[in-house]
Amino acid sequence: MNAVHRRTGAKMVDFGGWDMPVEYSGLIAEHMAVRTAVGVFDVSHMGDILIRGPQALPAVQHISMNDALRLQRGQAQYSALLYPEGTFVDDVIVHKLGENDYLLVINAGTREKDVNWVRQNVRQFRCHADNVSDYYTQLAIQGPRAVDVVGKLTDVDLSAVKNYWFTYGRVCGLPNTMVARTGYTGEDGFEIYIPADEPTSTRVWNEVLAAGKEFGILPCGLGARNTLRLEAKMALYGHEISETINVWEADLARYCKMEKGDFIGRDALDRAKGEGVKRILVGLEMIERGIGRDGYKVFSESGDPIGSITSGSPAPFLKKNIALAYVPPSYSQIGTVVSVEVRNHKIKAQVVPTPFYKRPKK
Amino acid sequence: MAFPADYRYTREHEWIKLDGNQATIGITDYAQNSLGDIVFVELPKIGDELSVGKTFGSVESVKAVSDLFAPASGKVVAVNQELTNAPEKINSDAHGAWIVRIQLSDADEVNKLLSPQDYDKYVQEEGGH
Repeated sequence: MNAVHRRTGAKMVDFGGWDMPVEYSGLIAEHMAVRTAVGVFDVSHMGDILIRGPQALPAVQHISMNDALRLQRGQAQYSALLYPEGTFVDDVIVHKLGENDYLLVINAGTREKDVNWVRQNVRQFRCHADNVSDYYTQLAIQGPRAVDVVGKLTDVDLSAVKNYWFTYGRVCGLPNTMVARTGYTGEDGFEIYIPADEPTSTRVWNEVLAAGKEFGILPCGLGARNTLRLEAKMALYGHEISETINVWEADLARYCKMEKGDFIGRDALDRAKGEGVKRILVGLEMIERGIGRDGYKVFSESGDPIGSITSGSPAPFLKKNIALAYVPPSYSQIGTVVSVEVRNHKIKAQVVPTPFYKRPKK
Repeated sequence: MAFPADYRYTREHEWIKLDGNQATIGITDYAQNSLGDIVFVELPKIGDELSVGKTFGSVESVKAVSDLFAPASGKVVAVNQELTNAPEKINSDAHGAWIVRIQLSDADEVNKLLSPQDYDKYVQEEGGH
């Protein structure tokens, strides 16, 4: 869809080998549109793996940390694929399409690695893992008015689709289109999966923009996607989670179901739990003028190096400079004052509750 | 993009405008457009000495930090304090929103900088990657 993005005035950037729009009208305007109205993202770079067969469920249970047994047909869950060390191959959304049929939505940058890893690790089960990434264009329509926009384009009863559920219906005239109430912005919204061919993708993209016009829709790029997910404290692979960070450190225990039975990484996590973590993910807010960014070092008040920022940015909606950082648990208490080295200056910051942003309850 | 005819430009995307022995310095419209929404400007202090080619501050957008490089040497005689509370002025009027004014120590340095035509050619090549 690059032709249509460029015509819309997008600035493009290379992202994990993908030529992706980083922003259209401006990052702050796009971010605010999603928080207060609606925005649309082309997230076709996300990968998709189908796991099918009589043993699809035990296979999914074996390779992912959340409990897929709890899923009903038409339901999705946040989960992760782990190495035996309890560290991250990737984070994923597991969708239960049918009793023997699961869809894993994975990250772009890790696609190749994930597909190989999944294939290798489901081999012992009677199931098939297919990389169907190139079959779909994935559009994310996000924001409090997303429901109004998608409602104009589909015959699906969206009020029946709860958060982290999905269904199928006609969207922009395309039959049997998957519509999921998921996203990566901390806002209500939908992700739709349409055929990847260029004319169809472009047509649907334009129809979404046209339908959203009365609600103030903006096309949004990766820049706003990053600041939105950061305000909502959603992890980004290679930043908050990686092959050297484990589930406890990443503060993702609520998605890791140790009691569900064996899965890859469980033994190591069990041992790690006994030992306690040496570092933990915390939210920081800059107190002094300055912006803490990815990779910047964090120091104690007395000047000892204690960790580093994994993601840091101005937060356009909150109008604060925020960051996620790994620090020892002794510095993780809310209100703890630390400093961040910003280009040779030490700038004060403090540990604050996360998520930084939580959408208002209706 | 029109670059003012009476300014000179650097390959690091600063502009400089001569005014006798003084000069004002800012960043180009091309630079603000590449950076996106500007949210923070780190200004030097009055009295600081700038030396040509060295950093004297920074401009930050939501997604990136960009150093400011001195187009010429000289002592800072004024800084645009308005940018502290309204850094977005650079987005709306890059060629008007000056950052510092300096007393030039060697006006000849400015003559070595890019003309508007050469700068325009330079950014078209850079943008064309």
